[in-house]
This record gives sequence, structure tokens and C-alpha cells, in this order.
Amino acid sequence: MSAPVRLSELAIGTSGVVHSYPKAGAAFLRLREMGLLPGTAVTLIRAAPLGDPIEIKVRGYHLTLRKSEAEHVLVEIATS
Amino acid sequence: MPPHFQPAAANAAPPRRQPVFALVGNPNCGKSTLFNALTGLKQKVANYPGVTVEKKTGIAYSQHGQPMTVIDLPGTYSLAARSPDEAVTRDVLLGRRADTPVPDRILCVVDATNLERNLYLVHQILDLGRPVIIVLNMMDLAAQAGLRLRVGRLEQELGVPVIPCEAIHGKGLVELRLAMSRPDLPLSRHAWDVPTAIAPAVSELQASLTAHDGKPPLVARAEALLLLTDSDEMRVAGSAPLHARTAEILSHWKKRWAADGTDWAGTLVGSRYDAIARLCSGLAERGATPVRASASDRIDAVVTHPVWGWLTLGAITAALFLSIFTLAQYPMDWIDHAMSALGSWVTTAMPPGDLRDLITDGAIAGVGGVVIFLPQILILFFFIGLLEDTGYMARAAFIMDRLMSRVGLNGKSFIPLLSSYACAIPGIMATRTIEDPKDRLVTILVAPFMSCSARLPVYLLLIPALLPNAVMPIPTKVALMVLMYALGTGGAFFFAWLFKRTLLKGEPPVMIMELPPYRRPRLKDVALHMAQRAGLFLKRAGTVILGLSVILWFLTAYPKAHDGASPQEQRAQSFAGRAGHALEPVIKPLGFDWQIGIGLIGSFAARELFNSTMGVVFAVEQTGNDDTDRDSLRTSITKARWPDGRPLFTPLVCLNLMIFYVFALQCMSTIAVVKRETNSWRWPLFQLAYQTGTAWLVCFIVYQTGRALGF
Repeated sequence: MSAPVRLSELAIGTSGVVHSYPKAGAAFLRLREMGLLPGTAVTLIRAAPLGDPIEIKVRGYHLTLRKSEAEHVLVEIATS
Repeated sequence: MPPHFQPAAANAAPPRRQPVFALVGNPNCGKSTLFNALTGLKQKVANYPGVTVEKKTGIAYSQHGQPMTVIDLPGTYSLAARSPDEAVTRDVLLGRRADTPVPDRILCVVDATNLERNLYLVHQILDLGRPVIIVLNMMDLAAQAGLRLRVGRLEQELGVPVIPCEAIHGKGLVELRLAMSRPDLPLSRHAWDVPTAIAPAVSELQASLTAHDGKPPLVARAEALLLLTDSDEMRVAGSAPLHARTAEILSHWKKRWAADGTDWAGTLVGSRYDAIARLCSGLAERGATPVRASASDRIDAVVTHPVWGWLTLGAITAALFLSIFTLAQYPMDWIDHAMSALGSWVTTAMPPGDLRDLITDGAIAGVGGVVIFLPQILILFFFIGLLEDTGYMARAAFIMDRLMSRVGLNGKSFIPLLSSYACAIPGIMATRTIEDPKDRLVTILVAPFMSCSARLPVYLLLIPALLPNAVMPIPTKVALMVLMYALGTGGAFFFAWLFKRTLLKGEPPVMIMELPPYRRPRLKDVALHMAQRAGLFLKRAGTVILGLSVILWFLTAYPKAHDGASPQEQRAQSFAGRAGHALEPVIKPLGFDWQIGIGLIGSFAARELFNSTMGVVFAVEQTGNDDTDRDSLRTSITKARWPDGRPLFTPLVCLNLMIFYVFALQCMSTIAVVKRETNSWRWPLFQLAYQTGTAWLVCFIVYQTGRALGF
């Protein structure tokens, strides 16, 4: 395991495991309720044509969020 | 069975009245399709009193023909509400709304391809201690994805009926109706322990909710759990507030946890997902995982591509506008002809008089003015329904979000604003897909700036009048037209930016949105959606518009001129004419005289009426052919003069008049729809004031600058 990186800075197509993100704020609570929890596997699928928002795959479905939220989500990349 | 389930089990005797089922589920789980399949056309669409959330109820019949009420609650990912729609779902289930019966039984629709996230909502609902039926929808898609689900095992674990279903093909409906008809639906025996860190708070809140808010113990427990993740700010009209004592306990615990660093919400959500993970282990059997990317992924690779994505969006937009401007034109012409035929028939059948004029010029013209919008509304909602049901709508929002975020909106405002280029009415009605109430209101407030199709005739009349003595080259015409559209669009974005910073300042916008897999839309669902929208428009907006048309007719018909007065004499001395005169000092700095003033007042019924009102004012003979009428009207307006002999319609005035039409809210149908969508007169009146003010100010600056420059 390497040091956690921001979800917004993942390379397209890479997967990782959510390490942590802030607990306060309606947006982060909604992300938790939609299944993005510490320990959940996540893949960065693509960014929108203008670079923001980004599309991720979590628990088998596709979710978009803005970089302004994604940069607070820390992800550990599995080193193979 | 955990002890807390027993008291409710004793109460769960089969209800004697017609049973009420609540239909709940995540967005995109096929809930609407299931609702349509269960209830057919026996549906009623209304609003929850005090909120602009649609209340859909329908009647389904059991296998024995017994009627059962089904309430289709707005889709949500969680009972912790983030939007008025979600708040209604939460409040109905918790029995907080006096206007809706507490559902006896709950139908939970679950997307079988996306079990874990869908089960989160189910998990919250099981807490309520009511009989639940789980509908595992989209079993066919799950099978396609190589997922085999052990339905029996889920049923065994939860202790409630689980019905596999393909709502879109009508499969599983018989089994579902059978389950719904059972008099003895069991309660869930799913045991789940509240995390110890928050358990004391939950019991304290539960006790208070039972003692002070009058909730049955089980609902109180569910509500106590919910209060911890629900900010509870999303209170909507019609929802009973919490007792002060309960609120006090809640804020006490939140303060305490904030001080000692307990992540209460995260712990609660995490513990639910842990329980779901245990539930799901061994539930799904993955067959050979498809090696190829799914069809949805392959479509997305094109549709959200940096180049192809824009082209797709452009092509869809072009198709939408082409169909509105070409397809809608035929039925609009039919309606137009039918209304004038009806008017002529009344004119010949009735003796002349005020009553006849009221019927022809007030009622028939008013109804015609409403019905004429129907073809555009139907076509737009056909497109919007298709875009929503296929899943493309979310992609359009995904692509456009960055641009919309510049002015503080999010991608979901894009389609409503785009629709407003055709007509602001369906655009405003389409804002219901925007969850955030403030974003929605801002979108409604700026939507009428988008140049709608009713402004086109006015532009077409005035653009050639800019160069009265020469034929205007086509590129100049096009450039002027584009300029008008650009002005309106710029105005919309400027005011969106302004409102988001001042009047409707909110939290920084978030855009957390699911991109659902592409699905084949069902035409029946789209058609039903169109019909319901059209019905809502006719019923609610129609009455207001009819009333306003009659008032407007009265203003132009009274007081009566002397006998044998020509129509233009009548106009001149009617209330509208007097208003035109009264208006002159206000509009003179814009270069408009009282005759243009009458046109401005007259076009309040609909902007395109400017041309016919001007035709009456300047006594142009109507031939019935739009193009010839427009040409002869243009010739006669270029001859119009101020009393001192200066020409009235100078190029600068024509330009200014077009600019006025870009910004001013001269459309009572829009006002009626905004009133309906915001549930008060406050916003439509504000909108009328600020748009007219903007129009006046911009025109003032343009005219005075133009004059100073010698035009």
C-alpha cells in the first residue's frame, strides 16, 4: 500500500480503495449513503469532456461527482 | 425475533378499509414502470398541498378483484432527505403528513443489478416495522450481467416476501398481486444492532418520540435513527414538526458527539452497509463475468467523448428543435384555424354585441392561446421523457455541468433552459428534475430569457424594418437573429449568477448523481408522462390564462367608443389605449410611443400577438397569409410618425423593440405556470418586475446611447 491519493487525481481507469474523507457536510453524508465508504473499492472511469465532474464506479454502478468533492476523498491504490 | 418487533406485530391486523400501499425505491429502479403496470390508467396526479411535489396515486386490483390504493412516492436513495421530493417520501412513510394516509404496507422496488446500494433504502424501511414486499426488478438485466440471485435466500434472511420481476415486460406482476392480496403479510425478522456508540442516543430519542410526538415505538425507533443522518432542515409544508423536547435531545447529542469526535452519521451508515454486506454474501452468484465492456459502457465511451460527446449533444438538440419548429407547426396551424373557424361561426350565429365579443375575443381567443402551446409541450415532453427513460439526461447533465457551474448552477438545469428556447412553459415544468430547491427556483426565474418561438414573429417583423430602404443581406439578418438569442442567453446566465450570489445564496452546489445504465424506454410510460404533463398544464395554467384573456379583452373593448367607430378608434380610447397613453412617458425614453405601448400591453396575452395588435393599431388589412400580412404591416409601420413628424420606427427603435422583447416577461402563460410551480404569486410577480425592469434599463441605455451617437 502506498500513501493515499486524492480521488480527483486518480489516473483514468485505475482502481483503489477509499481510505477516508471528511465526515461533516451533506455532500459527504450523501456519498456515504450511496455506498462510498472507507474500505469500498472504487474505479475512476472518466472525466467529463471539460474535465469536471468525474465518473467513478462504486459497488457496481456509475456515479458522478465534482472534483471539488472528489479532492477530499482519499484513496489507497493497490500496488500489484 | 428481536423484542422490539413484537408490539407492532400485535397491531398488524389486516386493515378493514381499502389497503394503502406505498411504492418506494431508488431513482432509476423501474419504479414508475411498475406503478404504471400495476395501476394502468387508473392514476391520479396532484400536488402535495403546500409543496410542488407530485402526488401520484393509483388503484391496483388484487387477484380477487379487490381494489388497493397505491401511492407512488418520489424515488430516493435514502430516507434522509436532501430535496423536497425526498422529504415527502420520508414524511409519508413516517406518518408526518396529515394529508396522506399512513401506508399500511410498503412495496420496495429494488434494482436487481445494483443490490447493495438499493438495499440501503430497504434497510431503513425495514426499521419502520410495517409489512414490506420487496420487488426485485430488472431480473432480466441482472441475468444478462451474469448475475444469478438466490431469491429464496434473501426472502429467508429478511422474512418478507421477495418477488422477482421484470416490470417492463409485465413479468412477475401476477405473483406481486398475489403477495399484495395476502391478508397476513409478515413483518421483517431482520435483526440489526444499532452501533453501540450511538445506541444510548437512539433509545433516548425513541422514548421522547413515543412520549412527546405520539409515535408508535417502532416508528419512533426508525425515526430516531433517521434523525441522526437527516439534517432535518429539509422540512416541507404539510409536515408535522418535531416536539421541542425531541429536538433538544437531538441537538444535545450532536453537540456532545461533535466535541468528542464521534462520527455518528458515518458509523450509522457504515453499520447498515456492513449488515447489507452480510446479507448479500452468498446471495449473488456471478456467472462468467462478461469479458466485453457492457453495452452501456460502450455507448458512454462515445456519448461522453471529448469530441463525439459534443456532437451527440448537438445532434439531439438539433433534432429537438427541428421537431418543434416543423412538426409542432402543423397541429398549431390546425388549432389556429379551428379557433378562428369557431370564432367566425359564433360571429355569424350570434347577434352582434358585447356577449358575442366576449365569447369570440375573450373566451375563444383565450382558450386558443392556451391550447396553441399544447403541441410544443407534448413534443418537448416526449423528448424529455425519452431522454430521461433512456438515461441520456444524466449524461447531458454530466457534460454540461462544468459550464453551468460557472454561474453557480449544476448540469441538471441544462435541459430545462434548453427547452425554454422553444417555450418557457415546458422548460419551467421540466425543472422538477432539479432536486435543490434554490437551484430550481433560479432556473425558473431565468428560463424566460431564453428566446422562445413566440418571439420569432416579432423578430421577423422588425429585423427587415431596420433597413427600410434597402434589402438586408441574409448574413446580416442571421447575425441580428443570433444577436437576439445571445442577448437572452447572456441575460439568463448573468441573472443566474447574480441570484446565486445574492437572493438565493445557498450551499456550494453539489452534483452527486448516478449515471444509470442505458435502458430501452417504454413508449407507454413516455406517452403517459406526456399526457399527465399536458393535463396539468391545461387544468392549472388554463384557468388562469382564460381569466386573464377575458380581462385583457375587457381592457381593449371598454369603454365603448361612439357608434360606428373604427377598430383603431376603439383601441385608442379603450382602457388599453388609455394605458398606452399613460405608459408613454415611461416608454418614451426608450423611443416608444403610445401605439407601441398598446402593442406591448396586447402581447402580454402572447408575444406573437404584437404583430396582430400593431395591425389593428395601424389599420393594416389582414389577408390571413402571415408573410404578406407581415410585409404590409412592415410597410405601414415605416410610415408611422410622431406628432412632430419624426419617423416612429427608426432602425434604432426597431432594434430597441426587439431588445425589449428579449428581456421582458410578456407572457401570462409563463406567469401562470411559475405561480403553479412555485406555489405562490410572490415569485412570478418578482419575475415580472425584474425582467421588465431589465428590459427597460437595457433599452434605455441602448436608445440614449444610440441617440447620442446620432442614430
